Order: sequence, then C-alpha cells, then structure tokens
Amino acid sequence: MKPTCACQASRQIPSPPPALAEILNRYAPQKREYLIPILQETQGCFKYLSREAMIHIAHHVGVPVSKVYGVATFYNQFKLVAPGQHTILVCRGTACHVRGSDQLLRAFESELGIQAGQTTKDGLITLDVVACLGSCSIAPVITIDGKFHGRLETKDAARLVAEIRKGAGK
Amino acid sequence: MTTQTPTAASTTSSLLSHPLTIPELLSGRPRAEAAAALRAALDGKTVVYVGLGTCGLASGGMDIWNRLEAMNQSGRIAVILKKTGCIGYCQNEVMVDIKKPGRPRVSFGNVTPERLETIVASYLEKDELPRDLVLGISESYPEGPDFAIPAEWSGIPRFKDLPFFRKQLRIVLRNCGNLDPDSLEEYLAAGGYQALAKALRMPRAQVIAEVTASGLRGRGGGGFPTGRKWEFAFRQESDQKYIVMNADEGDPGAFMDRSVLEGDPHRVIEGMAIGGYAIGATKGYIYVRAEYPLAIEKLTRAIDQCRRVGLLGKNILDSGVDFDLTLKMGAGAFVCGEETALIASIEGKRGMPRPRPPFPAVAGVFGKPTVINNVETFANVPDILWKGARWFSSIGTEKSKGTKVFALTGKVNLSGLIEVPMGISLREIIYDIGGGIPQGGQFKAAQIGGPSGGCLPASCLDTPIDYDSLINAGAMMGSGGLVVMDDKTCMVDVARYFINFTRAESCGKCIPCREGIARLQEMLDTIVQAPESEKGNMTLERFKSVIDLRHTCELIRDTAACGLGQTAPNPILSTLRYFKEEYEAHIYDRHCPAGKCKSLLTFRIEPEACKGCGICKKKCPNAAIVGEIKHSHYIVKDKCIRCGVCAEVCPFKAIHVS
Repeated sequence: MKPTCACQASRQIPSPPPALAEILNRYAPQKREYLIPILQETQGCFKYLSREAMIHIAHHVGVPVSKVYGVATFYNQFKLVAPGQHTILVCRGTACHVRGSDQLLRAFESELGIQAGQTTKDGLITLDVVACLGSCSIAPVITIDGKFHGRLETKDAARLVAEIRKGAGK
Repeated sequence: MTTQTPTAASTTSSLLSHPLTIPELLSGRPRAEAAAALRAALDGKTVVYVGLGTCGLASGGMDIWNRLEAMNQSGRIAVILKKTGCIGYCQNEVMVDIKKPGRPRVSFGNVTPERLETIVASYLEKDELPRDLVLGISESYPEGPDFAIPAEWSGIPRFKDLPFFRKQLRIVLRNCGNLDPDSLEEYLAAGGYQALAKALRMPRAQVIAEVTASGLRGRGGGGFPTGRKWEFAFRQESDQKYIVMNADEGDPGAFMDRSVLEGDPHRVIEGMAIGGYAIGATKGYIYVRAEYPLAIEKLTRAIDQCRRVGLLGKNILDSGVDFDLTLKMGAGAFVCGEETALIASIEGKRGMPRPRPPFPAVAGVFGKPTVINNVETFANVPDILWKGARWFSSIGTEKSKGTKVFALTGKVNLSGLIEVPMGISLREIIYDIGGGIPQGGQFKAAQIGGPSGGCLPASCLDTPIDYDSLINAGAMMGSGGLVVMDDKTCMVDVARYFINFTRAESCGKCIPCREGIARLQEMLDTIVQAPESEKGNMTLERFKSVIDLRHTCELIRDTAACGLGQTAPNPILSTLRYFKEEYEAHIYDRHCPAGKCKSLLTFRIEPEACKGCGICKKKCPNAAIVGEIKHSHYIVKDKCIRCGVCAEVCPFKAIHVS
C-alpha cells in the first residue's frame, strides 16, 4: 500500500541527529513498550521533546506520530517546549499546601512576572509546580535545578530569585 | 592513615564470589558469614553513618557527608563513613550516627556544619559526648537490639524508648536507616533472602496459602486480600505471567514507598521474587516514579547485585525457577496508580484505565495474567514467609492484620515516617508519636488517604486505624499519607485543593470524572470567591451550586469508570459531613473562619495605628492604597485584590483583616 498520510510520509525523513540516533539504537525497533523509556531518555538529553524528535521516535517505534504526541502530552514529565536555563519547582503536595505553598507559589509568580509552567522572557528561569517532592518534613519545599530549599516563607522568594539572577550575571 | 569508604566491594568476603543456593541460605551460613565479615571490617574502628535518604539530602546531608570525607582525607579523623536510608525521624534530619568500638551507636540530630564541628571536636577527637546534641542511642548491625549502655551515658534514651518510636512496630521499616542500602551483605547479615529460600522449597500453592492465612491486605489503597489476588493469577493457565510492583507513589504528601525503596531495596526485591514464584511469573516489572532518582539508583544497584549471586535471573538459587526484574520509570500520572492504567503505561500507551473484567489477574500486561501489588505489600511478604502466617496475623485487628506505614506530615511537631500496628488510634499517632500540634495550635482534622481519602475531625480521634473503620468514617487507608491540620487550615480550601489536583490528573476517559470534577471545582470556586456584585443571578448560582454539590459528588462516586474517579469526591463528601458549618460560613456569611480564603477577606487600615510610613502603598501590587506620608493611609476596597502583602509588610500591625 502506498503511503498516503503525513505520518506514513515521515518514513522518508532524514536520519536523526547523532545524539538521538544513539538513544534509538539502544532500543529494539518496532516495540511499543519502549516508547516511554525512549521519550524519557530523549528529554533527558535534549531537555524537551521537539517536533522533529517525536517524528524520529514514531518512525523507530513504528507508531503514528499522533500516538507519540498523545503519550507525550499525557504524562506530566514530558515538556514540549525548551525550558529556561534554571528551573524552579514548587512542591504542591498536601503537607506543603497546609504550610502555605500556595502563597509561596504566588510570591514566585509575582517576583518573576510569569505563571507556573512558563519561562521568563530572557529564557533564564522556568517556574513549574510538582505534585509532591516527598520531603514533607521540611515543607514548604522547592527545588532549584534539583537542589532542595525547605521551610521557606514568602519573603524568601525574592532572595532566591535574586541569587539565580546574580549567578547568571544579570 | 587509611581512609576507607567501604562500598559493597570493601566488605566482600568469599561469600558473594559464587552463586547462592537454597540449602546454603537455609543453613544460615551466609547470614553468619556476612555478619562476621561486617564485624571484622568494622572491628576496632569508628563508624560514622549519615542519613542520606531524600529528606536527609534535602536538609543538606550531602554537605555534611562531604565535610566528613574531607576530614577523613586530611587525616583529622580516621573513620569508616557509611550512607544509610531514612529512619523516619525526618524532623531531625540531617542525622549523623557514630559507633565507636565497644560503645553503642549514638545518634545526633539536626546536624549543621557548626554542630558537626562540635561533634567531631568533642566526641571523635576527645571522647566527650556533646549530650545536648544527642537524640538517642540507636541499634546497630550486626550487633542487633541487645547492647549495654555504659554507666556514664545513663539518662540518654534508647531510640525505641523515645516517644516517637515507642508506639511504633517496625516490620517493613525495620532496616531503614540502620542498614546500608547499597550492601547486599548487610541485608544478608540481617537475615535477608532466607525467606525466599524457604518459599522456593514450598509448593507454590502453599506459599499462597501462607500469605492468605496471614490476612495481608493490599497496602496501596483498596485493601484487597493479597493471597486471593495471587491465587487468581496462579490458577490461570498461561505461557507467561507477570508480577508488577506499583511504586508510582503519586499521592501528594506521601513518601512511604520512596523511603522503603531508598532504605531497604532488597526487601522488596525478595518480596517480589517470592510473589513471582508463587503465581508462576518469571518476569517482574518495578514501576517507579521518575521523580525518585535515588530510589531508582538503589533499586538498579540492588538488582545488579542479585543477578551476580544468582538471586535473580535464570535458575535462581539453583532451584530451577527463573525470575528477573525490569525497572520501568513512570512519567508522572496520578491515574497510573490504578492497575489497568499502570498496565497501559508499561505497554507504552497513555495511562488510561479500562473496564474490568477482565481483571489483570486474567489479562494484564500484554494480555497475560498479572499481579500488581504495592511496595509496602511486597515488603511485608519476606517476614510473613519466614516467621509464619500465625505470627503476622497476631498483629493488628480482626480484619486488618499487620502494620501500616504512614507519612505523618502537616501541622504536627514531629513529621516523619512511622509504622504502627493496625488498630492504633489516630490520637496515639498524632499526640504520642507526632508530639501534638505545633505552636499551641488546635487539632482540626487529619487527612488520610490523599486525594481519594477524607478528612477526619477531632470526634474521630479515637477511631481505630484499620481498613474498615476508616471507610466507615468516610476516609480510606489509601497508601498512607496522613496530613494533620490545625485551626488555621480552611476545610473548604483543602477540599478545593484536592479537587484541583484530581481535575488536573483526570485522564479524561470517562465523562463523570472529566466533566463532573470540573463542575465540582467551579462550584467550590464560587464558594470561596467574593462576588463582584450581588446583581443578576450570581447569588442564585451560588446557592444552586451548593445544592448541587453533594448530588454531583454522589453521581461521580457512583458512575466513574475507575477507582480514582469514584473516590475523587471523597475530600468534599467527608468535609461536608464533618465541617458543614465551614461551608455554611463561606456561603451565607461570606466568611472564612480560618482566614485562609483570601478573596473573602477585607483589609482595612486602622487610622490610629497607621503612622503613614507608606511602605504598604509602595508594596501594593494594584495601587489600592492611597494616603500622604505621615498621614494615615486608606485602602480602596474596589481596587484591593486581597493579596495580603500590606498586612505582611506593615511595621505597625495597622492593617486589620476580617
């Protein structure tokens, strides 16, 4: 049968960039069960899932690009846009909520002038929320590039953002 | 000067150079040898243990570890450094334990770099114990619980006598914080993998009978009897069966599974291997959250160690049985806690539940019979097999056997990970173990079971904690999150918080959950928002939604497709049941008794108290404050967005909130 739809046409795509090809080569082709691990590794490498990467992955796994997109948008882990240089994750777990993480999040939002899930215009800082970091004993807690900061108050937001900006020389 | 950071390699005896076998394990020789090797490695040396679970790391544990390593390298101290998991006393992280030769292991809490300096200078260098920094005396391996306390240390409590530990009964958490999770030898020295050897000698049906007789019920939420689940899968004829561990701990405010995986990974692997043998599965999946990198690291290492000595792989323990494990990382979806959604996720699809039957025990992963159990369930299995069903069923209540691990958090003095026998009361957990409410606050509610659970009020404090009593009280066991709330917590806000969460996590497959929860959220939003005007039908809408609230909740509960959808309204139903007056205060009086729902507040500047400094005017994000310097200011009500910044910054406490 002749390819008719866009995803079938993607079979004639150029070969993937080397870093992605290396990831794909580690997984046997045409196996749906490897889709999520491949997406995870790709995001680990490129920080997000680009449209091109998803087309290559669909081709490797042997499913339509729409299915890959469906999976990528279903799970919280996957990002479809490039994040900023630094990421602030505000924990929105129950223990943090009870100890005031909603005010803390608002403080970060007003400090950065963006909403949760967005990146500052200069591409420096991404603000995001996470369901639970599991460090409830030091609630409310956030991570900045994976480093934990616990027992925070709203006034700490300005200080932490200033520290990131200072570190970036801005 | 020898600086030593023992990993598995440096304590390895000849023990792990060849594959283990069943008779060998049952003879107790590996256990004795591992213990002896450990003793020899530590003999005459001082050992320093640093708690480096996620909570320890989050509190700055790595910094302490690096400082100790640097001191070791510079020759200032000569100790063996060991990493341990979390003992559960999270409020006191970073915890550092020191075991000197001939002395019991002593534990220091809230260790900062300065305090570490004191500890090293006085205890390690001069042998003077800085008593004010000591938490207690903990148990150390391989010595075990029987040790004498020197006379000059009288007055220092043993850990098990501390209020936080006294009422706990640790089966699942026994090794957490005591053993080095990276060391298979330490697990063997603590009696590890003997239960697997014993199980492999028993017929499969007998293993299942033992688990059934123990009364173990699934610890992930529903409380389905584990033995029965295994039996369904056992009875299926199939060329391939799977056993899956659900470690996708998505409940906000819960970290039980994480701590077990980080602190004692071999225990769950042993439990899974026993389960795999019992149902006839040769392959197991561990579905673990990608947000738990440390747990993934510990599991990967443990699986690797097991493969090397024949505990996993082909012909395990020379028994003729194959069993191997694969790690699958969950990509973050709360709904994957539901069995059929988890299966879809393993298969590489969107994690959406499907109708049952067929149950996973009949057609699960790739259509093959599959058993899915929670981390804590598997962690109980080795002890049940080794000590027997009768021992296990002697703990707990008539219908809920054994213990339960809870993540005790929120407005409680001692947050942490606790394990208590079933049937203990909420009061004992919160006041005896947790040390009560901080800052003289008043207990208001305990949220049990996460987004699927409910809030229990003070009148339920004496409810025994077991599956059935909790369901009757309107909550559920859930996976073990227990969040304590005080009088500053607004129950409508809590319900709204959980509904927000489930709405965002709803997979969108069935209408009751997708649309119904969105409706619930709208209703709760109108309750906590101050109306812009009383004109039109806004007020009518408000009241109408209140009438609809309970009805919609019940509708979702009765018609949603999966367990998560059906239990999603629980936070509203339980707060409506016990805290109806708070809803009424919000609706009729436009008043939030806890002062949490900001948009119902009004801010007013007390003219007498205001000195006219102008700070509030400067900080107000909406320019709602007017006034001249040195004259009292005024808040323009229509412009106020009730953010509360003015009240926070006012140096004279002149902002009156009502």
